[in-house]
Amino acid sequence: MNFDFSEDQKFLAEQARKYLSETCTTAEVRKVLDDESMAFHEGIWKGIAEMGWLGASIPEAYGGLGLGMLEMCVLAEEMGRALAPVPFSSTAYILTEALKLAGSEAQKEALLPKIAEGSVIGALASSEGPGAPDLSKLSTSFANGLVNGTKIPVLDGDIATHAVVLACEGGKPVPVLVDLSAPGVSRKTVKTLDPTRSHAELVFKDVPGERLGETADGAANIATLMDRAAVLLSFEQIGGADRAVEMATDYAKERYAFGRPIGGNQAIKHKLAEGWVKNQVARSNAYYGAWALSTDAVELPEAAAASRLAACEAFWFASKENIQTHGGMGFTWEVDCHLFYRRAKLLAVQLGAPKLWKENLIGALETKNAA
Amino acid sequence: MDFNDTKEEAEFRAEANAFLKSHLKEKTGGRRRESGAEFLARAKAWQKTKAEGGFAQITWPKEVGGRGGTPMQQVIWNQEEGKFDAPTSPFQIGLGMCIPTVVAFGSDEHKKRYVRKALIGEEIWCQLFSEPVAGSDVAGLKTRAVKDGDEWVINGQKVWTTGAQFSDYGILLTRTDTSVPKHKGLTMFIVNMKDPGVEVRPIHQASGGREFNEVYFTDVRIPDSDRLGDVGQGWKVGLVTLMNERLAVGGSPGPDYSEIMELAKELGLMDDAAFREKLADWYVQAQGYKLTKFRTQTALSRGETPGPENSIGKIITANQLQDICNSGIELEDHFGLIMDEDLSPMKAIFQSSFLWAPGLRIAGGTDEILKNIIAERVLGLPQDVRVDKDVPFEQLRVG
Repeated sequence: MNFDFSEDQKFLAEQARKYLSETCTTAEVRKVLDDESMAFHEGIWKGIAEMGWLGASIPEAYGGLGLGMLEMCVLAEEMGRALAPVPFSSTAYILTEALKLAGSEAQKEALLPKIAEGSVIGALASSEGPGAPDLSKLSTSFANGLVNGTKIPVLDGDIATHAVVLACEGGKPVPVLVDLSAPGVSRKTVKTLDPTRSHAELVFKDVPGERLGETADGAANIATLMDRAAVLLSFEQIGGADRAVEMATDYAKERYAFGRPIGGNQAIKHKLAEGWVKNQVARSNAYYGAWALSTDAVELPEAAAASRLAACEAFWFASKENIQTHGGMGFTWEVDCHLFYRRAKLLAVQLGAPKLWKENLIGALETKNAA
Repeated sequence: MDFNDTKEEAEFRAEANAFLKSHLKEKTGGRRRESGAEFLARAKAWQKTKAEGGFAQITWPKEVGGRGGTPMQQVIWNQEEGKFDAPTSPFQIGLGMCIPTVVAFGSDEHKKRYVRKALIGEEIWCQLFSEPVAGSDVAGLKTRAVKDGDEWVINGQKVWTTGAQFSDYGILLTRTDTSVPKHKGLTMFIVNMKDPGVEVRPIHQASGGREFNEVYFTDVRIPDSDRLGDVGQGWKVGLVTLMNERLAVGGSPGPDYSEIMELAKELGLMDDAAFREKLADWYVQAQGYKLTKFRTQTALSRGETPGPENSIGKIITANQLQDICNSGIELEDHFGLIMDEDLSPMKAIFQSSFLWAPGLRIAGGTDEILKNIIAERVLGLPQDVRVDKDVPFEQLRVG
């Protein structure tokens, strides 16, 4: 039994935490929050590119570090913990993984080295309106090499150089790689509840695109891409959830009311204990997801779904109860609690809300039982 | 990351499995709670076989009949034994909690007299701590031990004693001094359960069964030589017993997500969207519990001390069991009330566990106490206000 990260991976996590705690403080995160003209934190983006993290899972032949997916998981956790206001997930989970999964040799050669150096930013263009997108009825089309349609909201859509656009090609969903500098692309920033990560509306009018993989494999490729991204994202969520429970715990020890620390009251203790338990459930499920991701296991669909569901629940609970534990202070702009509350919601819906993943999970279990 | 045994672990697993195969039948899906004389005789015989084969108490030193093995080997043994129809429950408390306490605090005579007999299944032990007025606050117990020459005279009542009806000995926590604060006036003894002053009465549980007991002590005399630890040090001794509790308490029997999924299929209710969402939640929780145990095992396999993550266990399993049973019954609608195994779908497992589940949330530390423990020991939050802290026991209101 070896159900844990290795010493090297833990060392990487330690280094990452140290680096981010110095460079990506909440004061830095707040710069993006407070300044509407700042879509992301370029300084932090350059910093993590220099650290090699953007190319961590990219093979050396394409200019990356050639580390494994487990290393990506530990980095994701630290990025989540730091609430890093950069397009890391859009680039390193979505664009990189889409290229690795279904990209042609030419596509990989063109983009992966640039991703590693930080000059290419990715985005997933999926949502077309309220409600989870029905992949069998996407209104965005891909025909004759051209993309047409509107995607809203697209995370990092206003800063991305390339997007993976989910489109309908002859009735089938396919992932299409689009260079967003092409004519026919128009973007408009959209205001969301987490301004530390920007969003945009993208309108495509006869924009040239390249399908990633074959048409017939489109649905399967999209599903695998979502599963992979979900595992990585769940580590970000756990990073945030752990920190939120720690914040609330620290505050409960320091804040005195009725002559003693509020953390001496069971109403507070039990709440925080529950948060800690949820974080353990999430961590254990995420480790299983990491194992499935790193070994390309057939269990990836249920592992990814369980990983995502547990992480969504953990971060939601931790972030809302962190505010509650802080009382009135927790509801002020100046105290950091709301940064976690906002981010928890962003991460819980950006790849499809829990409802969708519950259905994915039960579907996977039914398929498995039927086999 | 992988789920494989190391070479040594695989060898030990194969050895354990071969031994089990040569003595027991593999489990056939039955999840019944067994009891009765026939079961007890079978359990004693199996314990003896196990001890002779060197598989009883893997981590105990060889001198006392153990194997001198690692905690990881014990985990592997438990996993393998769990696959077979092995009657182990009568020995869990004695070997898991009582005997380790005797080893830690008993005399050489005690160790010589009791350890081996327990190990080979000849003698069964029970733990006598909880009282009607002292459950979560067990240090508030009232059973008195009064010194009379070289003996102590015991009067009082214990409750929820597992296995008292077939136990030979017990470890008994008593109050020897009422003039000091509650934790300081306790003393631990070994008691002979066959003493005429010991009366065991089954408790009629809310679930309808009678698996636990009340134990009454009337002028029971215990020689001072059967004291464990110093007079007034009973709390310290008891903590050692309870420290071992986590290791001794087994998994909770009852339906899980896969069984309620089976039920829903049988009833043609798998298309219900609300049910599917709940099922997903149960799967995530069950996986969380199972995979957390894998993390603990990983630490053991590496020779490290496991982290506190292990303590999530019972909070998750007991609540989940209750929730699943509740939903299982509601899936069956009015028919879900039927307890008759021949009529009820899946032999009424949802119904019988529904009635058991409240007890599981209380036994071995209530949900509330377990959350206090996580909050205080893992998160480092302050203890509750203890108004009884420096008050002599005789001035305390108890019960």
